[in-house]
Amino acid sequence: MPTFVYMTRCDGCGYCVDICPSDIMHIDPTTRRAYNIEPSMCWECYSCVKACPHHAIDARGYADFAPLGHSVRVDRDEERGTIAWKIKFRDGREKEFLSPITTKPWGKHIPKLAEVSGPSKEMRDSQLLFNEPKYIRMDDGGLHTLESNGLKMKEGVYY
Amino acid sequence: MAHDTIVEDNIDVLVVGAGLGGTGAAFEARYWGQDKKIIIAEKANIDRSGAVAQGLYAINCYMGTRWGENNPEDHVRYARIDLMGMVREDLLFDMARHVDSAVHQFEEWGLPLMRNPKTGAYQREGRWQIMIHGESYKPIVAEAAKKSADKVYNRICVTHLLMDESKENRVAGAVGFNVRTGNYHVFKSKTVVVAAGGASMIFKPRSVGEGAGRVWYAPWSSGSAYGLLIQAGAKMTQMENRIVLARFKDGYGPVGAYFLHLKTYTQNGLGEEYESKWFPELQKMVGKEYLDPEASHRTHRPIPTCLRNHALINEVNAGRGPIHMVTMEAFQDPHLEEVGWENFLGMTVGQAVLWAATDVDPKNENPELTTSEPYVMGSHATGCGAWCSGPEDVSPPEYFWGYNRMTTVEGLFGAGDAVGGTPHAFSSGSFTEGRLAAKAACKYIDDGKAQGIRVSDTQIEDRKAEIFKPLEHYTVYRNEVVAGTVHPNILSPRQALDRLQKLMDEYCGGVTVSYMTNEKLLNIGMKKMKILEEDLEKLGAADLHELLRAWELRHRVLTSESVFQHTLFRKETRWPGYYYRGDVMKLDDENWHVLTVSRRDPKTGEYTMEKAPCYHLVGMDE
Repeated sequence: MPTFVYMTRCDGCGYCVDICPSDIMHIDPTTRRAYNIEPSMCWECYSCVKACPHHAIDARGYADFAPLGHSVRVDRDEERGTIAWKIKFRDGREKEFLSPITTKPWGKHIPKLAEVSGPSKEMRDSQLLFNEPKYIRMDDGGLHTLESNGLKMKEGVYY
Repeated sequence: MAHDTIVEDNIDVLVVGAGLGGTGAAFEARYWGQDKKIIIAEKANIDRSGAVAQGLYAINCYMGTRWGENNPEDHVRYARIDLMGMVREDLLFDMARHVDSAVHQFEEWGLPLMRNPKTGAYQREGRWQIMIHGESYKPIVAEAAKKSADKVYNRICVTHLLMDESKENRVAGAVGFNVRTGNYHVFKSKTVVVAAGGASMIFKPRSVGEGAGRVWYAPWSSGSAYGLLIQAGAKMTQMENRIVLARFKDGYGPVGAYFLHLKTYTQNGLGEEYESKWFPELQKMVGKEYLDPEASHRTHRPIPTCLRNHALINEVNAGRGPIHMVTMEAFQDPHLEEVGWENFLGMTVGQAVLWAATDVDPKNENPELTTSEPYVMGSHATGCGAWCSGPEDVSPPEYFWGYNRMTTVEGLFGAGDAVGGTPHAFSSGSFTEGRLAAKAACKYIDDGKAQGIRVSDTQIEDRKAEIFKPLEHYTVYRNEVVAGTVHPNILSPRQALDRLQKLMDEYCGGVTVSYMTNEKLLNIGMKKMKILEEDLEKLGAADLHELLRAWELRHRVLTSESVFQHTLFRKETRWPGYYYRGDVMKLDDENWHVLTVSRRDPKTGEYTMEKAPCYHLVGMDE
């Protein structure tokens, strides 16, 4: 389902150009509006559809296997932390779904590692990563090792 | 078009590609190198790049030791049997013992993980998978990477690594171009973590025309993980081990949640169970050690993914298709129906669109399944990638050379698809690998291993000329013809991609030949590859977008050549259902219970192949 852009809704803001992972949403120099320059490299990921502030972008199933007359619309609301989907079948039936996209205010609970207290030499020389061992099991247990788990590495045919 | 040269100097850790592996690397690097210079170079926009751009509905690699569910070695044994024995168990064990700490942090950052209301533990989809509302998985981990990095360069297509000229086989940074401005970017760095993507679109896809983008793995996964490493002379492993996916037809919607959580199952066109009838013959090919349906029934030992593919492929070829996923039972439960749909909307919207377009409601009819074209990657149910060092406390001598996740090129690290022998890492495992690589890269610098790196202006200028050559070539030759795309001296990136895909398909075991190849076919294919490479000198790019496609194609071609070499080297059929060597249709543990390792000489382009021992994780007393 490559994307396409409705002429009357697009104002050429370029949000879709900025976000497209495949670099296929470009601004048409004549109309100064966005369009999909390479539908055969579109993964239908909906990144541009979600990013468009005017709901100007939609998708139409790939011409080689999808009949016309359907739509899958989406509204991603960062402030409410939800995503709402509306599926319309070719025969007119509809289905709606609503899911959370985050449980926290954006970015507030991600630590800035330049500001946390740095690792000790002992930790540097260990196999531990940031926040470990605590975050492995959310307890005081250590990191698994071959010794702790009664294992060894052996050459040969094992199944 | 002028191409200004922009130099970013004195970088400590350069992260190339900011998908799950790259974001993990950038995030963690800041902890171990609080005063280090950390730079990200990303081909697209970090907020929606990589294989998880669209979102995920599950985290497929979570041990759950916190809930007493699994230990790391359980996951190693699972990956081992699923890949028919061919994995790097040191790397897998290492990833598995750290992966839960990544997942627990994701939850703290706001990623909605579903909980089982009865137990309070994360909602399991299967033994290793937990269910999430992951539409914003990528923006969330991107935020973490941005908080750690000094700078994120979006829209930089990295084409080559820079090599040190004072010490052989040591990395010195990377170069590329800005897809928007056309500027030439030089990143001089003490270490590089390659976390770019695996390869979609190197085999001819089932879909045609517009639908060519409806591939299982993202179309922007251009094999750059391999292209960059192979060009630098890093050793690669298991590149023959391409993967074929059994998925919903055309849309390639995922089946994991359907099988594991919704308990749907498959049947042939006659409404019969078909898998088990192929197993006796298959058992003769691979041996009872790898396929023992009774043992699988009794224990939770899985039947390897490739062998289940084999049954599907053969049942269809026997004329009893199509294969259906029986959804009509599960979907009567409104909760399961919701899960089934949200599963697609969360990670493969196109499948939902296709069912809407074709009026398929899985409550009322069972959708068709098919097997995909092959893909080359290292984080899903296969383990192509670079031959990397493991951790000091786990790896045997053959697997250890100083720094965890370092390739055979000094200072050059890998994560995610880039690391070979570590299948079943998925999103969380790739992020974890990035973290491990970043810690090791910082240690490498602190140990004084990156001193005295020298990069000459000649190297920088030579690469610049090489990078922009397709634009130059197009400008010089375009007026030779009146108009149109047919030209005796210009090959467009799309034309070259079509040629690559057809060649890979027909000679290297693609979908139109039912995944079959043999030594003769491989040799013919490799000859054609050489000629294709010669013709790539005539690759023309009309604009910067085509220049991006030209370099993606270069990386895909380098990947494909490696796949040919490895497929030819391994004289057995190790993974029926992924590909067949028609001249050696049996699994051969006597000669081939080994990992395949290759190196392409960067100067001559010649390949050398070797066997590396396969170590397994066993009990202390075994």
